Amino acid sequence: MNAAGAVAIRILAMLLLLLVNGVVLIYMLRKVLGRLHIRIGPNRVGPFGLLQTTADVVKLLTKEDLMPESADKWLFWIAPFVVFVPSFLAYLPLAFGPDLAVTRLDTGLLFLLAALSLIPLGVVMAGWASNSKWSLVGGMRAAGQQIAYEVPLMLAVLGPVMMAGSMDLSRIIEAQKNLWFVFPQFIAFIIYIIAAQADTQQTPFDMSEAESELITGFANEYGGMRFGFLFLAEFSNMFIVSALGVSLFFGGWYVPFLTENPVALSLAPLIFMIKTYMGIFVMMWARGSLPRIRVDQLLAFSWKALIPISLSWVVIWACFQRLVLVR
Amino acid sequence: MSDVRLDVSRQPGPRWVLPKGLRRVPEGLDELATEHLILNMGPQHPSTHGVLHVLLELDGEEVQAAEASVGYLHRGIEKLAESRKYHQVGTLLDRADYLAGLHTETAFALAVERLAGIEVPRKADWIRSLTMELCRLASHVVWAGTFGMDAGAMAPFLYIMRDREALLDILEAITGGRMMFNYVRPGGVFADLPAGVDTKIRAFLDVFDTYLEETDALLGGNEIFQARIKNVGVISRDTAMAFGLAGGTMRASGIDFDVRRDMPYAAYTELDFDVPVASGGDCWDRYVVRMEEMRQSVRMIRQLVDGMPEGDFTAKVPKVLRPPAGEMYAAVESPRGELGIHLVSDGGPTPYRMRLRSPAYYNLAITDEAIAGSLIADAVVIIGSLDIVLGEIDR
Repeated sequence: MNAAGAVAIRILAMLLLLLVNGVVLIYMLRKVLGRLHIRIGPNRVGPFGLLQTTADVVKLLTKEDLMPESADKWLFWIAPFVVFVPSFLAYLPLAFGPDLAVTRLDTGLLFLLAALSLIPLGVVMAGWASNSKWSLVGGMRAAGQQIAYEVPLMLAVLGPVMMAGSMDLSRIIEAQKNLWFVFPQFIAFIIYIIAAQADTQQTPFDMSEAESELITGFANEYGGMRFGFLFLAEFSNMFIVSALGVSLFFGGWYVPFLTENPVALSLAPLIFMIKTYMGIFVMMWARGSLPRIRVDQLLAFSWKALIPISLSWVVIWACFQRLVLVR
Repeated sequence: MSDVRLDVSRQPGPRWVLPKGLRRVPEGLDELATEHLILNMGPQHPSTHGVLHVLLELDGEEVQAAEASVGYLHRGIEKLAESRKYHQVGTLLDRADYLAGLHTETAFALAVERLAGIEVPRKADWIRSLTMELCRLASHVVWAGTFGMDAGAMAPFLYIMRDREALLDILEAITGGRMMFNYVRPGGVFADLPAGVDTKIRAFLDVFDTYLEETDALLGGNEIFQARIKNVGVISRDTAMAFGLAGGTMRASGIDFDVRRDMPYAAYTELDFDVPVASGGDCWDRYVVRMEEMRQSVRMIRQLVDGMPEGDFTAKVPKVLRPPAGEMYAAVESPRGELGIHLVSDGGPTPYRMRLRSPAYYNLAITDEAIAGSLIADAVVIIGSLDIVLGEIDR
């Protein structure tokens, strides 16, 4: 098989993972929220409602493709893809096991974060192009929020990067063979989960959607599969930040005390997925139980608390590592 | 130096023309001028509690001015009452405040009884108080849940729906209806309490004590929720007085008035209860006052079930009532405040004129004042904290 074919297969596999993930996560969200809300969740389509998401996708696909008359047609058309494609790109450097990644980049982490930070561009585009005031406010909120929370997110990942001495996600995970970074980097981890929750626009930080305020914010005028793409991107982002958290803080595919065990190593992708899904469950848990923070509180929290703390942590850890650990 | 704004009309035309869909600034528009955004919140909006329409003037996220516009749910209940016999008006009034039909019915029945001089049996008074307090709980839990939803908390709403379901089951057992009761009639109530309903109520109250604290912990115990509602939408005592606010909204601003205590009706003179009052006048105080009202309602329901007297559930009332000519005002404390019925009779079989004093309407009047200067997110929370029911406002 030639090189191009191999690359194509890898990318298709990634796309498949993304889509399957979306379907599974939407079902999981409904079931988890259902349990948290003392109700049942989907249980009509298929056994245990397993086919509910499939039915929804079919519904979305067969819906009329509406575009508001006064919308900026071109921007409106392309915005869902500008949201969706970076979210797909961010899958590429993820390491699911030893030597199991679509592409192994020395700057994989940087690539992933760069891809993630493109998403709000699409959100702003969607908000602006819809020519709806609600969407516009939602889009603008997303922009402000993203700028505010990108900084602590990047600063939080610096701790593990310093410890591993690499931005290659595989090498960061390999560096955690004996000690998960969550223990020495606990402060960075706390900052990471807060910033990640904000970065993926999950409650309590779902400013740009804010159902009770902005109805659905930037996605207001979208229907059918265009909305489907926006929705899918949201779940895909949840997976990415959770997978990144697992890679950076929870030892990726390693099981404690079984790091050399061949069985554990052969199950590496499975372990990685289980850990990632546990992270997603925590995100859904927060989503199901917390109210939404106000937009000015959100920004103030980032600029006045998260960024100073994360910045100091980077400095403290850098000094500690340079002066104490590495003589 | 003087005017830095671009005068587009004097600019030479663009050198190259963007495709039509990509043109950002329509020709002839001042590129640097800024203006406030007028936003129509409602009548279809998830957080306006029905079909309220609020015009918001926005500067970014900040609300500069607001104007509530009502009338989307107007059904002409007051006018329709003029062509209904006195026994038939209750059906209309259930649909005014659809969360507290029993209160509206009782206010009307009180007005008719006082006008016609009908003596109501003691048991009927007690049943009225019992059903009204159950109804108040059913209404207040909905308020707590939707208030949480306004702040973005989904879970409490579904928790209170569980409690409301049980409450509506009890009300259904007593009155035969879940929301549209038509149970309180001039002279008493429609039917006696069914056998065994007291055990049902006691069993519910025993779990509801825990459930209520659970809901309170989920909402009021949450720091995000506290940050969202503390010092938001402050209504001072004087403003509350000037706008004639009612119910919990008024009591949260420090005005100690409750129709049940100060203008007693039904069985309230015989009951032991406190009227919660707060002094801050912000959304948090309104939350605290209403939560405490629920605890007091639970307390009253226990007393009512325990002390339910024997006797008739209704006085003997002619099939077609013809109260003597005159007018009468009767008020009850509905979940939203002083709900009054002003009845004018000309001696005929139908009311000459009936007016409903809607407490939610008076509470709604404060929105323009309370919202201005806050953020969009606050506006939603403030409207939620007022506990409005559009069916009653528009009538």
